[in-house]
Amino acid sequence: MGLLDKKFEDSNIIITSLDKAFNWARLSSIWYMQFGLACCAIEMMATAASHYDFDRFGIIPRSSPRQADVMIVAGTVTIKMGPRIKRLYEQMSEPRYVISMGSCATCGGPYWEHGYHVLKGVDRVIPVDVYVPGCPPRPEALLEGFLKLHEKIRSESLAKKKTA
Amino acid sequence: MKAPEEIYAILKERFGEEKIEFKEDGKVVPWIIVTPDAIRDVTKFLRDDDDLDFDYLMCLSGVHYQKENTLGVTYHINSTRKKHSLTLKCIVPEDNPHVPSIESVWKTANWHEREAYDMVGIMFDGHPDLRRILCPDDWDGYPLRKDYKVQEYYRGMKVPY
Repeated sequence: MGLLDKKFEDSNIIITSLDKAFNWARLSSIWYMQFGLACCAIEMMATAASHYDFDRFGIIPRSSPRQADVMIVAGTVTIKMGPRIKRLYEQMSEPRYVISMGSCATCGGPYWEHGYHVLKGVDRVIPVDVYVPGCPPRPEALLEGFLKLHEKIRSESLAKKKTA
Repeated sequence: MKAPEEIYAILKERFGEEKIEFKEDGKVVPWIIVTPDAIRDVTKFLRDDDDLDFDYLMCLSGVHYQKENTLGVTYHINSTRKKHSLTLKCIVPEDNPHVPSIESVWKTANWHEREAYDMVGIMFDGHPDLRRILCPDDWDGYPLRKDYKVQEYYRGMKVPY
């Protein structure tokens, strides 16, 4: 306890674990990759606009995959788009997260049976952290998805490997 | 302004009865069936004739007639100045689906013919750039054929649900 015996009052010291500090920093500034695939992207834009205001959680769009932390797959992933999504995901630096927004990105949505051109779930090409159901999900639902992602990041540890 | 019957009479006089045929079932607009070897001359005449003056290709569609084992191309054309419309059809066998391209007549046909090639597999002879327009270049089959079966895998991705 030698350290604590010293005077702390004028030094502004907070004691916490490294994990907690890192996780707090990460979850408080989730930058998402700025791209949208279909009508879910409209709802994502509505979430980012002033009424729902993503930014109060530190969530802002980033146009480069190399500086983005999370990819919101907002919309129908066509089979032509599949390899491109994978490429974008691989360009993101770790730690990286994926939110599958809406029925189409989660399981093919209304195209599940006759949509020869639609990938039946983006999890066939990249690992997904949070699934947000809806067609399209309301902005509240997408925000809820981000809060779930917060929980996930909060439970991570530098010592343990990230479980996909 | 001319009715389809009048336009047919003009075409019959010029190209002969064996190249074109008039059809009417009372449910939809009448249409004229043109043999593939005459389609380019007929469309060019329809565009350039002063009385007909078809300056606008509204739509070009590919169709699969499974019962007849044929493929068809349907042309909807319109004259914005003379204010009349016409429907042309071109029918080809499924095992040899070659239709001359009319891209040289109306430039609109360029992408429409690429779509008809992509979706039902009609080969447009003389098209300057006949590639798939919607599906990936290395896609198998023609999705809008009635007997289409989707491929199991595409580049390692499972396609069916």
